[in-house]
Amino acid sequence: MASGMQPAPQPRWMRWVEQRLPIFSFAQHFNEYPTPKNLNYFWNFGSLAGITLVIMIVTGIVLAMHYTPHVDMAFDSVERIMRDVNHGWLLRYIHMNGAAMFFIAVYIHIFRGLYYGSYKAPREIVWWMGIVILLLMMATAFMGYVLPWGQMSFWAAKVITSLFSAIPLVGQDVTTWLWGGYAVDNPTLNRFFSLHYLLPFVIVGVVIVHIWSLHTVKSGNPLGIDVKSPKDTIPFHPYYTVKDMFGLGVFLMVWAAFVFFAPDFMGRADNYIPADPLVTPTHIVPDWYFLPFYAILRATPDILFINAKLAGVLAMFGSILLLFFLPWLDSSKVRSANYRPAYRIAFWLLVIDVILLGFCGANPPEGIWLVLSRIATAWYFFHFLILVPIIARVETPKPLPFSISEPVVKPAAARA
Amino acid sequence: MAEADAHGGETRRDFILLLGNAMAVVGAAALAWPLIDSLSPAADTKAASTTEVDLSPIKEGQAVTVKWRGSPVFIRYRTKEEIERAVKDDKESMPDPQPDEARHQEGKPQWLILVGVCTHLGCIPLGQHTGDTRGPYGGWFCPCHGSQYDTSGRIRKGPAPKNLVVPDYRFVSDTKVVIGEKPRKPAA
Repeated sequence: MASGMQPAPQPRWMRWVEQRLPIFSFAQHFNEYPTPKNLNYFWNFGSLAGITLVIMIVTGIVLAMHYTPHVDMAFDSVERIMRDVNHGWLLRYIHMNGAAMFFIAVYIHIFRGLYYGSYKAPREIVWWMGIVILLLMMATAFMGYVLPWGQMSFWAAKVITSLFSAIPLVGQDVTTWLWGGYAVDNPTLNRFFSLHYLLPFVIVGVVIVHIWSLHTVKSGNPLGIDVKSPKDTIPFHPYYTVKDMFGLGVFLMVWAAFVFFAPDFMGRADNYIPADPLVTPTHIVPDWYFLPFYAILRATPDILFINAKLAGVLAMFGSILLLFFLPWLDSSKVRSANYRPAYRIAFWLLVIDVILLGFCGANPPEGIWLVLSRIATAWYFFHFLILVPIIARVETPKPLPFSISEPVVKPAAARA
Repeated sequence: MAEADAHGGETRRDFILLLGNAMAVVGAAALAWPLIDSLSPAADTKAASTTEVDLSPIKEGQAVTVKWRGSPVFIRYRTKEEIERAVKDDKESMPDPQPDEARHQEGKPQWLILVGVCTHLGCIPLGQHTGDTRGPYGGWFCPCHGSQYDTSGRIRKGPAPKNLVVPDYRFVSDTKVVIGEKPRKPAA
């Protein structure tokens, strides 16, 4: 509608502001941001994650007004939110399930990137910022999980902070420093609350850099080819705002279904038992979005002179950190897996592998599950470190279309 | 467009856009309400909103201060002279005219129960403790900006606009009062 037309002359006050702070041209940039016209629904998940972040911050700020970060009062203050605070149950369930919805959106967003080669030149920094956001999200989600100070909260805090004790020589000192004491206790809870409040705003900052970089190099698209002419793009508004809004409606319906009909579906009943530092629950597992990493942590055996504990921690962090190198591990110039038959198979095997790791993480590391965990962990690293580089070198990609418009325009022209 | 011409320049699309935006506003408001309302007093706060006071230890001429809903409540066992003085002043001109009988419960003029918060800017007036300055009207004197209250808690001089507030209270017996509850209507 607005594109192609001359902008209406601005009122004087707008020009006055514009000369001093160019917010109107900034807003216009977002409206007119030329977006490839062939984006599919997998391109919705970035904006969904962004909106989820906003909802999490808004509900979180209000929840923090009712929450008490003290070991003697935290659990009761959460129960007070659930029972006495007006609509407190709603806010908490939105926030609690929101963490899971955030990971759903972000994981789909990441796998979208893996399938369509969104990490390749010139979008390496967009990709890196995305990994940084993922790491920050994991830290934030973990610390938020600790705040209700239930049994799962406490033992999650204990287990995750103990990961750092695997560091040679200084491990135990680092852990004591993280705890602010000789065990997970009040100082730990206080600092987790502080950081849980801080990190989302750090995420906002990194998201801005993520989008800034994206808007510099422009969005990719399912064909994985560059935009050749203005005919290949449409303005972001209204075409993608309306598509994003539709996707948001569907996403919020799923979220609301959890909030209203199965609010504790993704949680653990044990977390409604107040934290007891003297009793560990019989079966502790993290929330589902950490399960694949949890499986990697427990699967790793002794490797040469590295003991299993340290190896597990290194493998777990390594499984994410290696994504930073993906733009160079995958040297294929073709971005979209639609034109890479071999990579496409490898991609789907990776999806299955990660889901399998999730199931392994949910089960105790014994018998068949331990074997499967080890195979799946090995496959994960094999995929990124060996399979992807080899495929990039030996694969013959399918011929790419000349432009985004061509597959649409050509048959029409042929008919005419 | 033919459709636009037929409808005075307005199209179906304009209508859908308007309707869509209106629904978004309704949705945002519906979402904002739980956030805003969660900041009002919670159920447990409301449940703790009455205070029961035993009046039996209070002697004539004495005053006690109790805490009710986070604020002080002045309870004064008024002497005969104080009551007479208050009643005599009913005809005087004051910023917030009220007869003394409207300031206590029927048949109990000796018990004056007031929210001890100056109606000017919320300070706590002096006059509860022996030795406190009570101001020229013998009631209470606010140290912040000099408001003077009489023995009925009415504002007589100074910047405060209203008399000290009389809270809801109910005598459950001759010597027990519940502050924060309305008195029950006697069965007619």
